[in-house]
Amino acid sequence: MNAEELVLVAYLVPVALFVIGLKRLSKVRTARRGNFMLAAGVMLAVVITLVEMGVVDYTWILVGLAVGATVGAVIVLWASATSMPQVVARFNGFGGAAAALIGMSLFWDAVVDRDAGTTPLAALGALESVALAVSVVIGAVTFSGSLLAEVKLWGRLSRLTRIPGRAPLLVASSVLTAAAAVAGLLLADVRWAALSMVGLLVFSLLAGFFAVAPVGGADMPVMISLLNSVSGIAVAASGFAIGNTMLIMGGIIVGAAGLMLTQIMCVAMNRTLLSVFAGGLGDGGSSDGGSDTYENVVSSDPEEAAMVLEVARSVVIVPGYGLAAARAQQAAADLAGVLAAQGVEVRFAIHPVAGRMPGHMNVVLAEADVPYDRLVEMDRINSDFPNVDVVIVVGANDVVNPAANEATGSPIAGMPILDVENARRVMVIKRSLSPGYAGIKNELFERDHCTMLFGDAKQVLDDLTRELKANVPV
Amino acid sequence: MTGTLVLAVYVFVLAAFLGYELLTKVPPMLHTPLMSGANAMSGVAVIGALILAGTTTGVAATVFATSAVALATANVVGGFMVTDRMLSSFTVKRERA
Repeated sequence: MNAEELVLVAYLVPVALFVIGLKRLSKVRTARRGNFMLAAGVMLAVVITLVEMGVVDYTWILVGLAVGATVGAVIVLWASATSMPQVVARFNGFGGAAAALIGMSLFWDAVVDRDAGTTPLAALGALESVALAVSVVIGAVTFSGSLLAEVKLWGRLSRLTRIPGRAPLLVASSVLTAAAAVAGLLLADVRWAALSMVGLLVFSLLAGFFAVAPVGGADMPVMISLLNSVSGIAVAASGFAIGNTMLIMGGIIVGAAGLMLTQIMCVAMNRTLLSVFAGGLGDGGSSDGGSDTYENVVSSDPEEAAMVLEVARSVVIVPGYGLAAARAQQAAADLAGVLAAQGVEVRFAIHPVAGRMPGHMNVVLAEADVPYDRLVEMDRINSDFPNVDVVIVVGANDVVNPAANEATGSPIAGMPILDVENARRVMVIKRSLSPGYAGIKNELFERDHCTMLFGDAKQVLDDLTRELKANVPV
Repeated sequence: MTGTLVLAVYVFVLAAFLGYELLTKVPPMLHTPLMSGANAMSGVAVIGALILAGTTTGVAATVFATSAVALATANVVGGFMVTDRMLSSFTVKRERA
């Protein structure tokens, strides 16, 4: 067995770690260990590769590793629990950029710097050169798409769902991408070929931007998951281009598992992949979704609300992105604690896409040490709402919008929601009547049994807790 | 097509099936950590970048490869850290419950 074969056999260990790690990561009990196994797998793959390479110039390798590890760690340490989804999107973009740059580097190394006078297709080999182009295109699309997704998750460009002439622009950038790929692989003059590759990179970045631009609302997690899946395919493509089995296997496992996860997420929120791409949310909502102004909205203050809560026996708190944004998780946990101490049954209803990503609310509430068994998923609590005395909606909007069940023309029609309107009383803690992420009106706020508590989520929750404590004779 | 290439295609197709069949039921609370973990795993691209950064001599190729090493490493290190951070909050809570 020669050295090369030995490496190929050794690569089986990280691959096994990837498979078992992913499997464990999909189960609550073993998730953390699964993540460690994945990390160990990547680490091992790096060590095996370095050993195989033998003695080379390590300068740039070490520079890259040190800078990358520092940047990655600092980003995570600086991030708040609220901004986790944005961080995931950003790292996904990094992975895509890496795949694209590997393709570019290989092109310069094997074609431009050698300048053999043949076409890149001949210099690299047919499959290798196509794989190289694919890894640059998908990598760049993942990069620009993920970064745009991150910006949208921050809420700065949430209105950027309808760029005039977006469809033609997407088609144009795709056609130019294809043309640049053909030119880059077939031009014998290396200068023109290199220029085409730069064009390929630029046009792919534009295509990624236009592809993600219309995606909005609750669909963004699905889009990021999809981008994650295709970035795996980009890695596999770069594996073909370099001739590295580890990259092929690791990349395609991520690609396939990511696609499956995307599908699972689509099912969880009753969307099809196609409708996510079409950017159904944000289109035509205001035209047929009724008027955008509110009538008969009843607002109240914490003192009154606390009196209602005192006589309640069953309370459900529905957290949304507003809770995370106001960093009100601890205040919500405190309120739940006070209510529970008074013998009230308190539960948190978790919508699959509450917040900016599935599981976002679990992470945020876990930070405030809310007991695991108080979190109830949508499917299990929806039938129980008629027995609930008070629902407190904290900074959530679209996920409790009855329009999803009623108005067929609504942009969120068909999205599963928490049927909080079936409860006896609903209190909504919100800063204003402004629309949620989907950008539409919420008729729940006009219902007779719904009371608005305007204000900062943390402030209102703290006030409620204080009022409750004050009114109870110790 | 050479024999190695055919084998690579075999590996590709079989690994695709493996990955696709790997996940069946995933609780919604794990959707984001799983996405994040799989994303960190795709940072295994770092080894491709390492190979190029260690062997290439051209300026442009070295710049591209070194940037790729840095970005992929950030993806791996940060990705697994952020996944662990999300998961740790779940597990701590479980033990107390």
